[in-house]
Parts: sequence; structure tokens; C-alpha cells
Amino acid sequence: MSEWVEACAADDIDEEDVMRFDHGGRTFAIYRSPDDEYFATDGLCTHEKVHLADGLVMDDIIECPKHNGRFNYKTGAARGAPVCVNLKTYAVKVDAGKVLVQIG
Amino acid sequence: MSATPSRRDYSLIGRDAKLAVENGLAAAEWYHTEVSRKQMKELMQRSDAPAIRDTVIWLAALIVSGAGGAWFWGSWWCVPFFFVYGVLYGSSTDSRWHECGHGTAFRTQWMNDVVYQVACFMIMRNPVTWRWSHTRHHTDTIIVGRDPEISVMRPPDLVRVLLAFVGVLDAWHAMSDMLRNAAGNISTAEKTFIPEQEQGKAIRIARIWTAIYAATIALALYFGSFLPLMLVGLPRLYGAWHHVMVGLLQHGGLAENVVDHRLNSRTVYMNRISRFIYWNMNYHVEHHMFPMVPYHVLPRLHALIKHDLPAPTPSILAGYREMIPAFLRQLRNEDYFLKRELPPTARPYREEFQNETVAAAAE
Repeated sequence: MSEWVEACAADDIDEEDVMRFDHGGRTFAIYRSPDDEYFATDGLCTHEKVHLADGLVMDDIIECPKHNGRFNYKTGAARGAPVCVNLKTYAVKVDAGKVLVQIG
Repeated sequence: MSATPSRRDYSLIGRDAKLAVENGLAAAEWYHTEVSRKQMKELMQRSDAPAIRDTVIWLAALIVSGAGGAWFWGSWWCVPFFFVYGVLYGSSTDSRWHECGHGTAFRTQWMNDVVYQVACFMIMRNPVTWRWSHTRHHTDTIIVGRDPEISVMRPPDLVRVLLAFVGVLDAWHAMSDMLRNAAGNISTAEKTFIPEQEQGKAIRIARIWTAIYAATIALALYFGSFLPLMLVGLPRLYGAWHHVMVGLLQHGGLAENVVDHRLNSRTVYMNRISRFIYWNMNYHVEHHMFPMVPYHVLPRLHALIKHDLPAPTPSILAGYREMIPAFLRQLRNEDYFLKRELPPTARPYREEFQNETVAAAAE
């Protein structure tokens, strides 16, 4: 059963950046796009389980800090070697200045 | 010139490959110097401008030197032109392949992809195979049995090292691998690091390259001249010396089986021409620690974290002055290596790996 979980304050993340969020023994990455929208994905790269929150956000791309694998963080789509497996995404909403993630 | 058979098994499917996994050396957590998120974000920022500038200079120099070599073909005047052309073709493509493979040279991805494909062809590295082998090199840097890119294994085969300066063995292996891949054969070792869905791409590229080399050879035969081969293919041999000269310094003589790039990689100060050819990969500790940082920002990264790194090697010559004696000593004792001293301001990390190898080296 999914639940909405408070991840951080909206201002905690700079525009075009990413932040790590741990909950219930799992790790997630919360993104703020250049258009000031928020997104969430699994926090670890599907290639070698590196934290994506240490990576670089460029437009709608998150680049893994270890091997430069790229994902579209809005859709989770892997965007070329060395990542081949898509990233799981989660619904996000902003309510009263808080970023909420729907975790299933 | 190599000594007794090695106790190490560098095969990716051998004894040491299994040991590395059992000992926690495979896909381990590596040391990183503390850098704030704000600073790292600034350093990681991509830009097209520096790489476009460098690529325009590189291509212009390639065209001018290649055209000069062809124009003066048959006289000694072609030699200086081919000297420059060879280095631009057979050496500078090593760093272009590398940086564009990381996707950090340009901000625009298609630019990285185009330069990557061109450079891979020139340096004779299958763009699919080598993308994956280099991924493994970054995961398991100089871990015996895991890293497919250890250029000098112990005990060092010095004949092989010397032949690398003229690209003979590299080109031979590249050509045999190309023909094997073109025939649809991916080796067992290649299968350990190339995912199944990517293997078809490696075969397709090998077939395209085989066609290009066949056309070049046909052209040379048709004109009864070596000139086409002097422009395509042979520069990988006569121009290889620079990338081997600087490339050996990356890890040569340093520790194996440690999870700290400060101990197994070498940062070397170099002249501006070599840094242009090498795209700043002389800052090699920094590159391995933070592969997201583009080549043109590495000097800034170096200035920021050098308090936590061993003293950089002051020159190419100084690098060889410490590396060659280490290679010679490894002929007698393959456990010997150059132990890097960290400055007092540095943070220590996982010293147990290094201490074990130091004890072995002292025996």
C-alpha cells in the first residue's frame, strides 16, 4: 500500500539539483528541475548501486557520479551505457512548502 | 626480459578474479576527499566551449599536418609533418576517446558521441568494448583479476612495454580483436564486462572498421603507395609514443589491490603541449576520484584537494626516474611497489589493504 511521505522542504534543494532521502531502509533521490518541478526516483544507480544524489543534474538528466551513466529523472529511462536498466520513479507533490513522495 | 612466471593471475576469469570478490576488493567503496556539494557542483558543470576550441585546433592541425605529409610524400620534408600527424592521430585520440567516453568533454552529448567514435577508430579501440572495459577500470582500478586495463602487469614485461611505444602489439591485438568481433565472436573475457544487449553493437562496429581498413589497403595497392596507410592505420604505430609515455605514468609501479586512488594513481605536472595532447589526464588521481569533473577543470580540482593527496610528481622525467627502477626491481620481486606517502593533512583510509601488500613486498 502506498503512502505519501515528507521528504524535505521545497527550499532544501536548489534548482537543477538533487538530494538524497532515506526512508524505511530504502534510499531515494529527490530532484528539482530547472522549471521548478519536483521528481523522485530510486536513489541508487541501476548499474552499480552508487548514490545518484552525488551526481550532476543537467536539464532532465541525472548523471551518476561513478561511471557517468545517465537517466531521465522524470521518466526513469536509462539514456545509454553503462546504464541499461531504467530507474524506478515515484509520484511527488509539494504541499505547504514540503516535498512529499508517494512510496509504494 | 620478464622474470619468473607471475604469482598473480590477471585474467578476468581466473583465480585472482574470484579472490578479489571474496576479499571485498571488487566494486568496493573507494576513498574520496571531502569536497562540499556546492564546490563539486561547480566543478562538475559542463561546457561545450573548451572542447569545441580544442577540437577545432586538433582537427585543423590534423588536416594541415596530414596534407603536408601527403604533399611532401617521397621527400624527407614529409617527416616533420607525419611526426605531428602521427601524434595527433595515434596519441591525442587516447585522451579524446577517454574524455568523450566519460561524456564530460562537451556538454552536448552528440558532440561527445561523434568525437568518441572518431577517436576510437583512430586509437583502434572498439567503442563498445572499451566503454565497458573502462567502466570496469573505474570500478576496480588496478585490482588484479578485475581491471582489464592494467597496462603493466607484474613482473613487468619490459619488451612489451617498449613495443607499446611504437604500437606494434596494441595494433596487432586491435586488428585480431576487430577481425574476431567482425566474425561475430565475443570472447569469454569480453563477456565478463560487456552486457549481452551491447555485444551486437561491438560486432557491428568491428565490421564497419574492417571495411574501412580493407578499402584503405585496396587504395594503397591500387596506387602502389604506402601513403593511404600513412594517413589511416599506421599513425597508430608511428604516433603512439606520446600516449604511451604519459599513459604509463598513470599507475605504473604503484600499488595494486588498494581502494584508494591516492595510492595507485599518479598526478604528474606536465608541459602545456603534452597537457593539450593528453587533455589534462596528468591529473590522474583527481580524475579517478571524481570522474564527473571535465578535463578542463581538473587543474582547479587539483588545487582544491591537493592537501589530501600525495605530492604530485614534478615532471614526466621525474616520473620515469621513479618508475623505471621500480619496474626493474619488480623483475626480482614482483611484490615490490612504490608506496605513496600521504601528507600530514591527508585523511587515512583502509590502510589494511596497503599494509598487507607492504608486508608481502618486504619478504
